[in-house]
Amino acid sequence: MKSAVIVFPASNCDRDAQTALAEITGTPPHMVWHAETEVPDVDLIVIPGGFSYGDYLRCGAMAAQSHIMRDVMKKAEAGVAVLGICNGFQILTESHLLPGALLRNADLKFVSRPVELVVDESQSAFTRKYSKGERVRFPVAHGEGNYFADEETLNRLEGEDRVVFRYAPGDNPNGSARNIAGILNEKRNVLGMMPHPERACDPLLGSTTGRPLFQSLIDTLS
Amino acid sequence: MTVITPEIVREHGLSPDEYDRIKQLLNREPNFVELGVFSVMWSEHCSYKSTRAHLRKLPTTGPLVIQGPGENAGVVDIGDGDAVIFKMESHNHPSFIEPYQGAATGVGGIMRDVFTMGARPVAMMNALRFGAPDHAKTRHLVSGVVAGIGGYGNCMGVPTVGGEVNFHPSYNGNILVNAMCVGLARTDKIFLSAAKGSGNPVVYVGSKTGRDGIHGATMASAEFNEDSEEKRPTVQVGDPFTEKLLLEACLELMATDAIIAIQDMGAAGLTSSSAEMGDKGGSGIELNLDRVPQREENMTAYEMLLSESQERMLMVLKPGREPEAERIFAKWELDFAVIGVTTDTKRLVIKHKGAVVADMPITALSDEAPVYQRPFERKAAPKATQPAFDAARPVMASLLRLIGSPDLCSRRWVWEQYDTTVMADTVQVPGGDAAVVRVHGSNKALAISCDVTPRYCKADPFEGAKQAVAECWRNMTAVGATPLAVTDNLNFGNPQRPEIMGEIVGGIDGIGEACRALSFPVVSGNCSLYNETNGEPILPTPAIGGVGLLKDVRRMATVAFKRAGDALLLVGDTKGHLGQSIYLREIEGREEGAPPPVDLAAEKRNGDFVRGLIEQGRLDTVHDISDGGLLVAITEMAMAGSIGAELTFGDAAIALLFGEDQGRYILALPASEAARVLGEAKAAGVSMSSLGVTGGDRIAVKGAGDAPLAKLRAAHESWFPALMSGGELPPVN
Repeated sequence: MKSAVIVFPASNCDRDAQTALAEITGTPPHMVWHAETEVPDVDLIVIPGGFSYGDYLRCGAMAAQSHIMRDVMKKAEAGVAVLGICNGFQILTESHLLPGALLRNADLKFVSRPVELVVDESQSAFTRKYSKGERVRFPVAHGEGNYFADEETLNRLEGEDRVVFRYAPGDNPNGSARNIAGILNEKRNVLGMMPHPERACDPLLGSTTGRPLFQSLIDTLS
Repeated sequence: MTVITPEIVREHGLSPDEYDRIKQLLNREPNFVELGVFSVMWSEHCSYKSTRAHLRKLPTTGPLVIQGPGENAGVVDIGDGDAVIFKMESHNHPSFIEPYQGAATGVGGIMRDVFTMGARPVAMMNALRFGAPDHAKTRHLVSGVVAGIGGYGNCMGVPTVGGEVNFHPSYNGNILVNAMCVGLARTDKIFLSAAKGSGNPVVYVGSKTGRDGIHGATMASAEFNEDSEEKRPTVQVGDPFTEKLLLEACLELMATDAIIAIQDMGAAGLTSSSAEMGDKGGSGIELNLDRVPQREENMTAYEMLLSESQERMLMVLKPGREPEAERIFAKWELDFAVIGVTTDTKRLVIKHKGAVVADMPITALSDEAPVYQRPFERKAAPKATQPAFDAARPVMASLLRLIGSPDLCSRRWVWEQYDTTVMADTVQVPGGDAAVVRVHGSNKALAISCDVTPRYCKADPFEGAKQAVAECWRNMTAVGATPLAVTDNLNFGNPQRPEIMGEIVGGIDGIGEACRALSFPVVSGNCSLYNETNGEPILPTPAIGGVGLLKDVRRMATVAFKRAGDALLLVGDTKGHLGQSIYLREIEGREEGAPPPVDLAAEKRNGDFVRGLIEQGRLDTVHDISDGGLLVAITEMAMAGSIGAELTFGDAAIALLFGEDQGRYILALPASEAARVLGEAKAAGVSMSSLGVTGGDRIAVKGAGDAPLAKLRAAHESWFPALMSGGELPPVN
């Protein structure tokens, strides 16, 4: 599987994504600088976590207007898999590749801790190595992860099985609507999620439950 | 031109004697710009004039030390061509005045100190001291400082992996915010600040210069009073986004060989960076301020030289390499300007609008800065008699109180606001004895810890400082790391008072003795003096930040119990020392007595034995015994592993359970292995005894009853959130 990681000014999980992809897929990803206009021909584009453009204006708002995102949008439209993690999820909602918005955490504080997630949809390219209802444990680290959308959108996301990850009951770190942690687009090739699967791929770091996500992509896309 | 009056000299924090000395060194009156430069360069903060004579006594060398004090940070060899670069620095005064920005820029400043030497920062720690929990300002300060540290470090993408938080009324008017940064570099790619050679371009990179932070270093060198709030404009404002770009741009340029010298602009900004670079390189520096990137209009030379605008660096490049460097900084959208040149005059010459506005010999600013042998009084060490206490108090009720008390409760509220796992190498997060961060792409790891027990230092500065070093060393050891070196952050009151100077001298001597005995050299550090408000000094707080090395991170110990049925072993002698203990303060309501003495030979013997077992892969569960004593340590291990413990060692005496004797560890290991280990300890002359076994869902002590883990955990976790939400706190004695 060929992959690319987009690097914005003040992306800071780009290396973590690079390490996980290189180790799990066996091929180092292309690291693509934000000022470039084209993403190489790959199977998966990762938009990593961080504070792109210093979170100025709104998290993800500036990155959504960057040169490289125009091509990411084009490729997403053409069916290339796109995974946005944390700030990457924020960029995807700001780009309207995904519906809704990520608000400040309900308690207004940055939150960094492992959270328990329930895999709510295992029929996607990103999650077929999981089973429905399986519990996984990924770290979160964000100040604006409180997923919000209007009732109609939320009903539709659920009705179309597009809510892929939910925070386990009682473990919602940010107050997100319906415990949503990660969602798919309509075509199911774009996933945005607040928790960090790339930090849950190494037994030394306490959890390896992020690996099946990357293995699912290898299975689907290779 | 402003006429310099005695009033103006005083406002610049210079004494009449110091002003006379400046006139002698210049052979004339300084002008206003030069006076400003001298005032910051000769401030306590920049010149260490009260402590320098004593700091010379510290051990600063060792077989692995590549760079000791005097550079931006210390450098230690960790094998395979890797080096660890680290330093701790205070941002106390700004953080009290403006907690978010003060703490944030403290983090930014110490990170620049580390990456200016060529290292990528890989871990942050902090040592925080606040006033009494019920003091009117405490909540505001805690929430601002924690948010500021998180706001800056999280954006930089460097994990904040631990630290200390204490409360004590002596910090009511003067909190302490000490931040430590640890970075990794290759031993052949370490950058220093010596601006060698003449005719080389002096280059300014990073943010533009504004009017913020002017005279920050001078403010940090004075006591506080009720007007301190008016000093808010001297606090700098941080922009971690720019710093992140600066970090990446500097590391990209450092991969080439274009840089001769590089120095961050920290306290006293452009002035101190250029003077220090010229001083270390034995060269002169000529700057043209017209070329300095400016954020505001009509800035004077005085303002530009003393601005402490953040996220700026000064570099000396090899001639002709400017275009290549400029391309890199343009890519990262940062300012880049050639603002001067190195010379062979050994003078700092500043030009502005076609005129020379300052012209001073550089040595006058650095070497010739005053060094004071300030008078000091070392008070006699307190008698080591056991303080009186009520021997009939129920043990389990006291344990419950202690585990939920301000200094022993969980700091989860704090560290969950720090990104602890970014960079995907954090092997031990906050809550253990030391943080453990893997060296990326290897099986090596760094252990990091910050330690000091200020109440011990107040009672006996010498023993207290020894204890701070020993506890740090012990925390490295408890995870299985070999302690390498320390950075120190010496926070004290006004050195012009002999009793405070006595605390400083005692503290430095104590650090020196312990570091020598434990082969734990001091490779960098920072002094923060004048931590007083209206004449009330803080507790002496010499914070020690240590770094250790795990050669194989797969052989590591953590505090959490892992198996029911493990034998519990106690390493070290337990005499039941209650003087200056948390028990005495929280339960009996008294702060008195001598701190526990540190036997450095026993410390080393016990620690080396414990580390050996971890390195052999025979031991994975260890906790050192510190604040709160043995029973608190056991409870922490039980809560971390969600497995209880039953103590059957026979004597449920309060002093033995809660005393804070030093040099001790608790080990948990399978019973069959425990028998062997006891035998080996005896042969090695290490004091060791059996305490009981792990298991169940409670802490039980034979002869003293038991307490459910769930109840202990609830007390442990609830205090901090209750404080910060304005909820009701348990009564304090």
